[in-house]
Amino acid sequence: MVSEIKTAFTPRDRTWHPKGLTPAYNSTVLRSPKRTLLQMPASRSETSGPVFGHNMLGDHDADMLRNAIVDGDPVGERIVVSGRVLDEYARPQPNVLIEAWQANAGGRYRHVRDGYLAPLDPNFSGYGRCMSDAEGYYSFRTIRPGPYPYPNNGPAWRPAHIHLSLFGACFAQRLVTQFYFEGDPLIRHCAIVNAVSDPAAVDQLVAKLDLDNAVPFDALAYRFDIVLRGRNETPLEADHG
Amino acid sequence: MKKCLKETPSQTAGPYVHIGLLPEVAGIEVDRHGIDAHTGLSGGTPIIITGVVRDGAGDIVKDALLEIWQAGSDGQFVDGQTGFARCHTDFETGEFRFETVKPGSVDWTDGSPQAPHITLMIFARGINIHLHTRIYFADEMDANASDPVLGAIADGRETLLATPDAGSNNSYRFDVSLQGDAETVFFDI
Repeated sequence: MVSEIKTAFTPRDRTWHPKGLTPAYNSTVLRSPKRTLLQMPASRSETSGPVFGHNMLGDHDADMLRNAIVDGDPVGERIVVSGRVLDEYARPQPNVLIEAWQANAGGRYRHVRDGYLAPLDPNFSGYGRCMSDAEGYYSFRTIRPGPYPYPNNGPAWRPAHIHLSLFGACFAQRLVTQFYFEGDPLIRHCAIVNAVSDPAAVDQLVAKLDLDNAVPFDALAYRFDIVLRGRNETPLEADHG
Repeated sequence: MKKCLKETPSQTAGPYVHIGLLPEVAGIEVDRHGIDAHTGLSGGTPIIITGVVRDGAGDIVKDALLEIWQAGSDGQFVDGQTGFARCHTDFETGEFRFETVKPGSVDWTDGSPQAPHITLMIFARGINIHLHTRIYFADEMDANASDPVLGAIADGRETLLATPDAGSNNSYRFDVSLQGDAETVFFDI
């Protein structure tokens, strides 16, 4: 009976997302549920969500080139990352909180648990945040992160990537992902990337060089558009706004 | 209107998720981060929820990040970020700890009441797409008995029940099992 109730959101296409268990990415073996996920319609618990105000952002949250400076600029390739947040119906998603984290130019994270031998950059934290504008556009400045090794069925290397966390209009749209950089030869060797099986879905995770938005004599630019789940036009449940 | 785009695929939050989502935990000082283990809700009964996350070998996961979202004691969701909280499992003990209030009843899709519950999402290395579950309360037996979501669970309903700590009215224990015999029920909502 429950399965006949329409949800307020388009169902997640779990064949487009990575499956829970992808043994080539070793960490999934003991951390993926074995039972089938229980499908339920969304109630107000999922169709609502926290609303973050632009005033929560610090002055340089969207600028990792500046937000951790101690005595100079961070080392590395200066880049601007920008894009647009849409839903599956191509509607712009405003006021989406985007939280970003990444390694430095040498592939080292500023994290108490990262012991990779590449040095920390005293002027770079790898922490940043921004919010999409009324038309869904977002942008932040950073350095291009380096690749780094990690243990996975023996030694393995992550392609350069930046982690993103997104809050749409409700908790059902919650998304955490990573994006990669066009042309990186490590992408096709990465077990975490390859947890996504459809090549078109992998391509959706690759930021494209965006020379038109490069800042002359300053920074290269990459474009990464993001799609959140779409809200159905006519949900059967009462929409309390 | 036709669906014309595909949702951006999820990728694991990885072991260094704290840098972005709880920077203080990673050792990064940030001005007005504003997100922590307190929902900021007041009114009703203040409660503390603690627990651990275990993997399929029974080992405690010490690099997970958890988020909750819930209604206030009146069953209403509050504007802003009140009702939302985020914490990590401790690097040494693996324990997480949320401070909030016991939620009231939120309507089901047909307008009938659901039992009090908190939405919980789990992110970690090795979790390719975040896991979505609910925390119910073992001491809400009547409400739980008629809850439509708990009622749809054939096996494992007890994995969603937070249990009151002995000797304390306001502390609950909620352990998560990612995999195995006591595997927590996870949803696709």
